[in-house]
Amino acid sequence: MSKVLMKGNEAIAQAAIAAGCDAFFGYPITPQNEICEYMSKYLAKSGGAFVQAESELAAINMVYGAAGAGARTMTSSSSPGIALKQEGISYCAGAELPCVIVAISRGGPGLGGILPAQGDYNQATRGGGNGDYKVVVLAPNGVQEATEMVRDAFLLSEKYRNPVMVMADGVIGQMMEPVEINTDPLPKFEKPWAATGESQSRGTRNVINSLFLNPVDLENHNIALRKKYDTIEENEVQVDLYMMEDADIALVAYGTPSRIVKSAIEEMRSQGIKVGLIRPKTLYPFPFKQINEAADKVKFMLTAELSMGQMVHDVRLAVNGKVPVYFYGRAGGMIFEPKEISDAVKSHLGGE
Amino acid sequence: MAVVFQKTKGLTDTPFTYCPGCTHGIIHRLVAECLEELEILDRTIAIASVGCSVMSYEFFNCDAIQAAHGRAPAVATGVKRVHPDKIVFTYQGDGDLASIGTGEIVQAAHRGDNITVIFVNNAIYGMTGGQMAPTTLPGQITTTSPYGRDVSKQGEPIRMAELMAQIPGAAYIERVMTADPVSVRKAKRAIKKAFEIQKNGGGFSMIEILSSCNIGWGLSPVDSLKYIKEEMASYFPLGVFKDKGASQ
Ligand SMILES: Cc1ncc(C[n+]2csc(CCOP(=O)(O)OP(=O)(O)O)c2C)c(N)n1
Ligand code: SF4
Ligand SMILES: [Mg+2]
Repeated sequence: MSKVLMKGNEAIAQAAIAAGCDAFFGYPITPQNEICEYMSKYLAKSGGAFVQAESELAAINMVYGAAGAGARTMTSSSSPGIALKQEGISYCAGAELPCVIVAISRGGPGLGGILPAQGDYNQATRGGGNGDYKVVVLAPNGVQEATEMVRDAFLLSEKYRNPVMVMADGVIGQMMEPVEINTDPLPKFEKPWAATGESQSRGTRNVINSLFLNPVDLENHNIALRKKYDTIEENEVQVDLYMMEDADIALVAYGTPSRIVKSAIEEMRSQGIKVGLIRPKTLYPFPFKQINEAADKVKFMLTAELSMGQMVHDVRLAVNGKVPVYFYGRAGGMIFEPKEISDAVKSHLGGE
Repeated sequence: MAVVFQKTKGLTDTPFTYCPGCTHGIIHRLVAECLEELEILDRTIAIASVGCSVMSYEFFNCDAIQAAHGRAPAVATGVKRVHPDKIVFTYQGDGDLASIGTGEIVQAAHRGDNITVIFVNNAIYGMTGGQMAPTTLPGQITTTSPYGRDVSKQGEPIRMAELMAQIPGAAYIERVMTADPVSVRKAKRAIKKAFEIQKNGGGFSMIEILSSCNIGWGLSPVDSLKYIKEEMASYFPLGVFKDKGASQ
């Protein structure tokens, strides 16, 4: 296979179809429209179901139904739409349904703007839905990685029976890059629990449910979920370390900004400043351990985000006071340049 | 000894959680008998909603999915689109369907999804303790309309069957009641017809059933049945409001 030039959103949609997505439910919102459009054009042709839902609320509940009935299913949206999906995401987590949610983030709060931003880190990793639950969050830094993470998302969701979100900033959705999409068939996990209708011949009724009226049962359910999240935290952390071996300073960034930070690092290295990059690829589970270990070797860290500072709180938790953790961010669709990052780093050099 | 009556195979052995006198139980039996008689129990997925019938996934003897408040039709769409050959129905109350879930019910009909909706209208929020619903009758006392529903401030009750009949995508819409043996038999015929339509790929069907909430209404079970017949049925007329099959 050779690489083809594709827009991020279309590559994400194609990767989902290649990964065996059975059903897609979406609602228009910029900057993710091309995902819905691509799905409407091609998913039915490959035997899947496409529905343009009446709202994001309905779309995620269609996902809940299709996933509960055993399908490999996905929805996509952007920030205000992801906010509306939170009820359904909580239900999917509660009923332990595998599904994939693609979030192509834009600026907020409220209607915000349509340009790329990372102000939804908290929404993705903490969730806006009710209850004790976790959603696996994968954060690609480009079109190729976005397609790989979509595939990975289906696998992880079925392996753990848990919703998985692929959160990319609007840059990734809208830019074109050369990609090669993995078309190997993705193994189908057995779903003996799915409500597929054959209750009588199966001999047992399959019920998809998140209601436990008995407090003992609900606590046991919460404990079982927590154990699952422990396993996920133990096994599924993904983090990229770049020029960290000899680094005196660690920059922490995810998504598109991590690429801008890399340019800044190269510039600073040429000036003799030993800077490295820690790039979380999974925002949940977060690389707490790796960042904590890195804190033993650097003088300080600086987190760069397209927000007013969200992931930085997790970085501070990870560092646990070992070294200072500074922050530099832009928001609203404004994107920093490498020089802004180097200037931010240099402003903290003197006093250390 | 000859068997003269047998509980339908469409129900599990789990005891109902409904108050004595509540007609939710009768409606469950009617739905379950239809599933058994149409021989579709082994290919049916029930969508339970939020209300007194939230535990219906424990009562219907088929696969089931419990849906968020008002979202059952969207969940049903998700199931039906990946299992077009299966029978999918929702079981929803009037708070669920006519208040928080108006968007979902209208749009499922609009898409013409081949599903069946069992809509239990008891003019009240039974589950949460008897608050006013969009279907609460003018002057009716509830815990949030303690002086009686004032239509000048709280609007006039919404007639869902009439509203749904206006949607081009809806195939079959009928309103029935469970007030006496005759009306119960008629209700069963309507429910059966709705499932037959789905079985034959006929499209979206909704049966609205006027039902009692003796506890929420503060009436005896017998007076509740009278209330259905005399008060509810005069505001919510019974009948077929849409039958695409008949008009073709
Ligand atoms: C999002 C959400 N809002 C509110 C509730 C609380 N709630 C549970 S049942 C119910 C009303 C149900 O009334 P109805 O649908 O008429 O069913 P009935 O109990 O009368 O059969 C409400 C408001 C909820 N569970 N979820
Ligand atoms: S509260 Fe009303 S609707 Fe609910 S079970 Fe009791 S009588 Fe029936
Ligand atoms: Mg009610």
